[in-house]
Amino acid sequence: MLKTFKKGGVHPPENKLSAGNPIEVLPLPASVFIPVAQHIGAPATPVVQRGDQVKTGQIIAKSSSFVSTNIHSSVSGKVKKVDFQADSSGYPKQGILIDVEGDEWVEDIDRTEELKKEFDLEGAEIIKKIQEAGIVGLGGATFPTHVKLVPPKGMKAEVLLINGVECEPYLTSDHRLMLEKADEILVGIQLLKKAMNVEKAVIGIENNKADAIQLLSQKSKEYEGIDIAVLKVKYPQGGEKQLIKAVTGREVPSGGLPIAVGAVVSNVGTAFAVYEAIQKNKPLFERVVTITGKGVAKPSNFRVRMGTPTSALVEATGGLPEDTGKIISGGPMMGRAIASLDVPVTKGTSGILLMKKEESKREEVIACIRCSRCVSACPMGLEPYLLMTLAEKQIFDRSEDNKIMDCIECGSCSYTCPSSRPLLDYIRFGKGKVGEIIRSRKK
Amino acid sequence: MSNLYTVSPSPHIYSDDTTRKIMYRVVYAMIPALLWSVFVLGVDALRVTLIAIVACLAFEYIIQKYLMKVKPSITDGSALITGILLAFNVPSGIPWWIIVIGALAAIGIGKLSFGGLGGNIFNPALVGRVFLLISFPVQMTSWPATRQSATDALTTATPLGIIKEGLVNGTPIAQISKDLPSATDMLLGNIGGSLGEISALFLIVGGLYMLIRKVITWHIPVSVIVSVAAIAAIFWLVDPQNYINPLYHILSGGLMLGAIFMATDMVTSPMTPKGQIIYGVGIGVITISIRLFGAYPEGISFAILIMNAFTPLINTYIKPKRFGGN
Ligand code: SF4
Ligand code: SF4
Repeated sequence: MLKTFKKGGVHPPENKLSAGNPIEVLPLPASVFIPVAQHIGAPATPVVQRGDQVKTGQIIAKSSSFVSTNIHSSVSGKVKKVDFQADSSGYPKQGILIDVEGDEWVEDIDRTEELKKEFDLEGAEIIKKIQEAGIVGLGGATFPTHVKLVPPKGMKAEVLLINGVECEPYLTSDHRLMLEKADEILVGIQLLKKAMNVEKAVIGIENNKADAIQLLSQKSKEYEGIDIAVLKVKYPQGGEKQLIKAVTGREVPSGGLPIAVGAVVSNVGTAFAVYEAIQKNKPLFERVVTITGKGVAKPSNFRVRMGTPTSALVEATGGLPEDTGKIISGGPMMGRAIASLDVPVTKGTSGILLMKKEESKREEVIACIRCSRCVSACPMGLEPYLLMTLAEKQIFDRSEDNKIMDCIECGSCSYTCPSSRPLLDYIRFGKGKVGEIIRSRKK
Repeated sequence: MSNLYTVSPSPHIYSDDTTRKIMYRVVYAMIPALLWSVFVLGVDALRVTLIAIVACLAFEYIIQKYLMKVKPSITDGSALITGILLAFNVPSGIPWWIIVIGALAAIGIGKLSFGGLGGNIFNPALVGRVFLLISFPVQMTSWPATRQSATDALTTATPLGIIKEGLVNGTPIAQISKDLPSATDMLLGNIGGSLGEISALFLIVGGLYMLIRKVITWHIPVSVIVSVAAIAAIFWLVDPQNYINPLYHILSGGLMLGAIFMATDMVTSPMTPKGQIIYGVGIGVITISIRLFGAYPEGISFAILIMNAFTPLINTYIKPKRFGGN
């Protein structure tokens, strides 16, 4: 029997339209807008000014605290201004607008394709380099990687889990990366293991990616202490807690971090970025982005420089389909709908999904028939119908008692509700309020 | 770019199962038993069903439109289900106006007085049935003979009725058994009873369909049937002189109808599998207690209504197992 997490979960149509298309390099845009906050934590502080000449890979905004990261220029050219522009959240965010001129990289970046397996670094040195390279979780969470690698006092990591699940429908960037950069990812994993001082790493992959499973199973034999766990396709298996449960059988306690059960989770894209940062001296300024959708002429996977406008990706796949009704940054279950094609690609952009008008319609909301589908679908063992009602009636103490803060916002409940009830919308509202109450209590 | 795109929070895709589709699956599941009742009881069964359906839909429309002043929701399939279930719960010879009163009780009291679909605590069809049973006890317990029955009698008794009456008169079980239909007749539905009660087999077929189409899970029907069978078996094993073979309890009367189609009503049954089993066992225990010790030969309607009342309590105390909880 294939492994998976036990509780809840859904299986939306996979629609991996771009799975067979190799990663292509997206041509450089005319200009990029690089936000200084592309991660969870404090925004970086800009260190360049209007008129400055920058090179590809040069730091343009510096990490401002421990939970923050550096931001590097993804292009060479001239800083036009330090400005505000809407990112995928829809709110204007500070960023650096650069006009692209040529493509001149910082000298010490190794631009060759040659695989470098060997390294001779201490854990602390690796972590320092990861921090300098501005690496964050590339699965979409964008939590600074160097923070994750240092466990809180009194806790010890035992196993590194690598997320190759890509459970969101449509997205294929991790899948392609595993096929095309398998060795690099495996070296990246060895680096992460060294940094964390653990012996064992397991890559979790769902069995809809048989080619990646086969390739990595074979290649991982050449590396010590890396196993592959083949998982049954189920959403949200890429959620940290679900992945840990599926692979190790351990349950992260309510309100706890993965490290509480000795696990640290990283994404395959992150492992690749770690390889590049350490073996090639290359900071994180580009990533693989899937651009896809039922109406898209050529669903593709591109290597994209951060700050590239979404429109550049859309043009490269044959232009915006006429009946596009919704543009999503990320996957259809957890991604964000964006209002404009100007939104830049950032470290957390795993894909762009163009949905047709008819796909993006929401059905009329009708009464809850108490069918309990949302309860069976919830991977956290919550009662979404109840949490929605409590949020609607603003009964926040009972929301808290019913574990609203455990919700991982996976959307399985809203996905499955036959009455089209906006469960997660209300739960988010309730979470926000309960979060405020909890914080005010601590003061 | 002047194009306007929809911006809404995630998720952005939805399963294509809708409440209406689920309701219609329940309707399809009832069709085999309905056809069989028409075959066995004749065109009267069809008459009763049509009257019940039309009356339920009409009351739903009228009350919603003119009293509650909301958009009528008669196409969602739920009033249709109530109509068929109400018909399943009455004898085929019942006068039309009694059905109409039953429909008013079911839709008006049982459903819309609680705010409509999803708000009701009790199964509407059962509210209708019990209302009629109390108001019109004679008409509600005169079951026309089936077309295949061997005698020329115009009416017949249900198997449970025969047992109850025999035991009340002090007749030993061995004697009563002679008057009872065979187990095969009961399974097929060649027995006296309300429309939907007469064929265990076709009710099971409908139940399997709902199971496969994921309208229901096994927890409620199985826990009801198993608990009835287990308790009936204990009494039978201890004292076979005075208690009938448990097979009769399972195959006769409304047990299958109740366990498969009425106890499983989503709106009025618990949310978690564990809660559903508690609810199902509760129904089973109350049903068999009424059958063995109560005044009525049949008890499942009361049992379901009683457990419906406990559903909110069960939902409050029986929580799903939380991820990462102890
Ligand atoms: S899935 Fe929708 S209709 Fe079913 S119980 Fe949950 S909220 Fe109610
Ligand atoms: S309540 Fe939260 S965790 Fe549970 S299904 Fe809904 S979004 Fe996912």
